[in-house]
Amino acid sequence: MPETTSTETSGPAVADRAGRGRDVPATVARFAAVPTVGPLAALLLACLFFSLNTDRFLTGGNLSLVVQQVMEVGTLAVGQTIVILTAGIDLSNGAVMAFGTIVMTRLAVGGHVPAPLAIVIGVVVCAAFGAVNGGLVTMARLPAFIVTLGTLNIAFALTHIYSHEQTVTGLPKALTALGQTFPLGNTDVTYGSVVMLALFAVAWYVLRFTAAGRHVYAVGDNPEAARLTGISNRRLLITVYTIAGAVYGLAGLLLVGRTTVGDPQAGQTDNLDSITAVVLGGVSLFGGRGSIVGVLFGALIVGVIRNGLQLMGVAAVYQVLITGILVILAVGVDRLARRRRM
Amino acid sequence: MRRGFPTPGPLSGSLAALVALTLVAAGCGSGAKGSGKDITIGLITKTDTNPFFVKMKEGAEKEAKAKGVKLMTAAGRFDGDNASQVTAMENMTAAGVKGILIVPSDTKAIVPSLAKARAKGIDVIALDTPPDPQSAADALFATNNLTAGTLIGRYAKSVESGKPVKIAMLDLNPGITVGVLRHNGFLQGYGIKDGDPSIVCTQYTAGDQAKGQTAMENCLQKDPGINLVYTINEPAALGAYTALKAAGRTGSTMIVSIDGGCTGVKAVQAGQIAATAQQYPLKMAAQGVDSIVAWAHGGKKASGYTDTGVNLITAKPQAGLESKDVGFGLANCWG
Repeated sequence: MPETTSTETSGPAVADRAGRGRDVPATVARFAAVPTVGPLAALLLACLFFSLNTDRFLTGGNLSLVVQQVMEVGTLAVGQTIVILTAGIDLSNGAVMAFGTIVMTRLAVGGHVPAPLAIVIGVVVCAAFGAVNGGLVTMARLPAFIVTLGTLNIAFALTHIYSHEQTVTGLPKALTALGQTFPLGNTDVTYGSVVMLALFAVAWYVLRFTAAGRHVYAVGDNPEAARLTGISNRRLLITVYTIAGAVYGLAGLLLVGRTTVGDPQAGQTDNLDSITAVVLGGVSLFGGRGSIVGVLFGALIVGVIRNGLQLMGVAAVYQVLITGILVILAVGVDRLARRRRM
Repeated sequence: MRRGFPTPGPLSGSLAALVALTLVAAGCGSGAKGSGKDITIGLITKTDTNPFFVKMKEGAEKEAKAKGVKLMTAAGRFDGDNASQVTAMENMTAAGVKGILIVPSDTKAIVPSLAKARAKGIDVIALDTPPDPQSAADALFATNNLTAGTLIGRYAKSVESGKPVKIAMLDLNPGITVGVLRHNGFLQGYGIKDGDPSIVCTQYTAGDQAKGQTAMENCLQKDPGINLVYTINEPAALGAYTALKAAGRTGSTMIVSIDGGCTGVKAVQAGQIAATAQQYPLKMAAQGVDSIVAWAHGGKKASGYTDTGVNLITAKPQAGLESKDVGFGLANCWG
């Protein structure tokens, strides 16, 4: 089974929160095989570490900030996850997102298009890029790596051509609304953070409880078997890539909300950052295995380490170092869990 | 708490735990505060790898130590990485810094973040590169890039006086202020304008050695008679030198550049670069730290533009042009 049940993960999670693993059950191996346990444990450990080392970490305002800082890459990771679950990969997501933001912001600022319509057009453009990716992967039977490497460059170039290398400023309110905050208790929470969490919730529900979601796992696990059970691989893949594209458009809107500008330089490392979140989240790069909830933890781990180290006064480059080590650990754990099950 | 979360059906236990953790933290988080006595200053550079910014960091670290304040550093992952700089500003603000020194990677895109930090009472000083508009930061400590360009333009004019020249201009990237100012400064110093027939080739190099080499190779294809090369910085200059060497044109072609990095000054010493305009990142950072500390101790907040100086470095000084020798350049170089 690629997914875990909720009762399995809540045990150690609650124990970690309340008693820091005081009564870890003896069946460690069983829990290690559950894909969300590793990422959650890593996240909680990181939080614990930073809470002990700096008194500014465990505050509502700071945790809200961390979620706000990962909303762009986290959202991209949702699209990346559904692609990777089908045993594909998307290198183009950051570039497609950047193109989407430039389309939205330029149309709204200089193009005399009402902001809501500009947003819709931006998202549709991103979805179209996704459809092209999916179409080339299925119809032309090209490897996803190559196809998306191509569209990465195309989207990057279009971004720079269309933007004339200029940052778009003076955006209308509708474009930056998701970067605004609302009070929750004594903490300001960014609307965009809620959008990202809601997106994860929707993706979790669809992947887990709907036929289409199960088909995504089936196609990634064994395309031939999926075909024999009557799933149209081609239609499913095109749909997955297109939805992923639309999600990148949404990520672009979140980015614009966060930075309040349309930035042609944005997203250049986001493809690898989103893959990092997916891998840290325990999703198998070979497809068919992993939980979207783990990916949320994966994205948060990166954000927590970056923020925590900065609060401790450690140079940000160490965050990159630690992330690298964690990625290898995560893949190693995945490998081990897989072998044990066989 | 959990009911408020917008999820249909049963919630994954681990997600619930995280949300609960966040909310618990949100509820009890107000107690934490720093001691208030110690001053922390943040430094955000464009990248961690460029020796210019390494030197800047060194200057800030030394000065912070001397003044007994704490320094926090961060950088983007590539030139133009605005998102990482925004994140660093937020994290430093959360860490309670008194002031932030920043080299904006994207001069326009960073402006809203500067405003946010200033609204929280943080002293924001731009180093090396002004934000657009410059008033978005409290103050600017930087080289006058127009002056830097003018110095090498005048030098080139003085050496070449009277001879027919064919100029190649190896620029930075389109639309980037520093590159435009240096370019215009060179032209002013040389006494010509854009579009002058003596400029036979203009290429963008991103200030990168490999791209500088490619650009020079292409320029030589266009016109093999090029005998004066303006370069945006020394890596681009060394790339140009490699191309000229391959074409057997080093003897008859003069390269002028800007920056004053140690590699660049050594290239001046070796005669690969005729002259360079040296700037002082260490000073920018040190003066920035000083100014924030002075303000934190009740002094005046720095404002406006402070020129951190620039000197012409050459092994072959020209009469009537003030310049410093290679020895001075090496003693004050960075990288």
